[in-house]
Amino acid sequence: MMLLEIFLFILINLSIFCLYRIIRGPSIADRMVAIDILGIIVVGITVILSIKTGKGFFIDIGFAWMILSFIGTLALAKYLTGAKLDE
Amino acid sequence: MRYIVFFLICMVVWVAFTFNLSLQYISIGAVFSLITTIFFGKNFVPGWKKFLNPVRYFWAIIYIPIFLWECIKANFDVAYRVIHPRLLINPGIVKVKTKIKTDIGKVILANSITMTPGTLTIDLIGDTLYIHWIYISSKNPAIYSEKIAGRFEKYIKRIFD
Amino acid sequence: MSSIVGLFLGIGIFFNLLGCIGLLRMPDVYNRLQAATKCVTLGTWSILFAHFLHFGFTASGIKALIGIPLLFLTSTVAAHSLARGSYIFGIKLWKKSVKDDYKGKVKVKK
Repeated sequence: MMLLEIFLFILINLSIFCLYRIIRGPSIADRMVAIDILGIIVVGITVILSIKTGKGFFIDIGFAWMILSFIGTLALAKYLTGAKLDE
Repeated sequence: MRYIVFFLICMVVWVAFTFNLSLQYISIGAVFSLITTIFFGKNFVPGWKKFLNPVRYFWAIIYIPIFLWECIKANFDVAYRVIHPRLLINPGIVKVKTKIKTDIGKVILANSITMTPGTLTIDLIGDTLYIHWIYISSKNPAIYSEKIAGRFEKYIKRIFD
Repeated sequence: MSSIVGLFLGIGIFFNLLGCIGLLRMPDVYNRLQAATKCVTLGTWSILFAHFLHFGFTASGIKALIGIPLLFLTSTVAAHSLARGSYIFGIKLWKKSVKDDYKGKVKVKK
């Protein structure tokens, strides 16, 4: 199906937008916002791969990526507030 | 009793995830739900009696389409502001008092506010929500708290309080 | 793949695109967080719902339905903690901001 390839192409280009913000971002917080958004977009890419190949286990990869990106964002935000990581 | 309720919630989530009712899956799920309950059960579900009330489920089912409709409107609003050539934004931080008592209700209210038009919850201290708003349209606290939180507050009060 | 799955996928991709344009165009951290979090979360909900429509009531279809509330909780909590963290780190609001009720409630570094 041609449509799914076009959707995948658009999503990969969107992750390149996020990479631009990660490289250029004027402050640390801008980069962290871009990392958070990149994690959610990768979940979309795995779900579309799961529809394209017809194998359901790709969505498990998406879930693992979602939860790990959430925990990573929380840790980075805690670094911004200046707290120690074990409090 | 609250441990039993937490254990049942864990089992329901496990069965929905694996979607397989054979003996191996059920026994593995029971073992891991038991471990989770032993470690984390003392923090969760303080008001377990509320799970038995069917009226709350009814209001939850009414709340979901209202929330989704607000969320879709919010996204078109933000999309219009994003692609407009002169960025139509007028940002600032306002504070809103809430009347909801329970912790889980406050969390769901804050998350719902984050998903709706141009508002983002920054902090929650006591019963005051600090909200970053992308386009401040009025300076009167009564008007903007009704506009931001009033639509959801009455439903969430019926579901969780 | 039926056409309604393609429709939901298209809506999802469209909102993701708007979210990323917002990430590039907005002037400061808080406004970027607003545009990006809302649009990208709704777009991914739509993609997950299309996955549910494609697979129906099987194991992976139900998993996609569970993913919707999970994504609701994780993305909003992440946005809240990033906004609070960057306020405490000392990042100013945009220079044309109107109002700041949060000033003085937390201790700001610098």
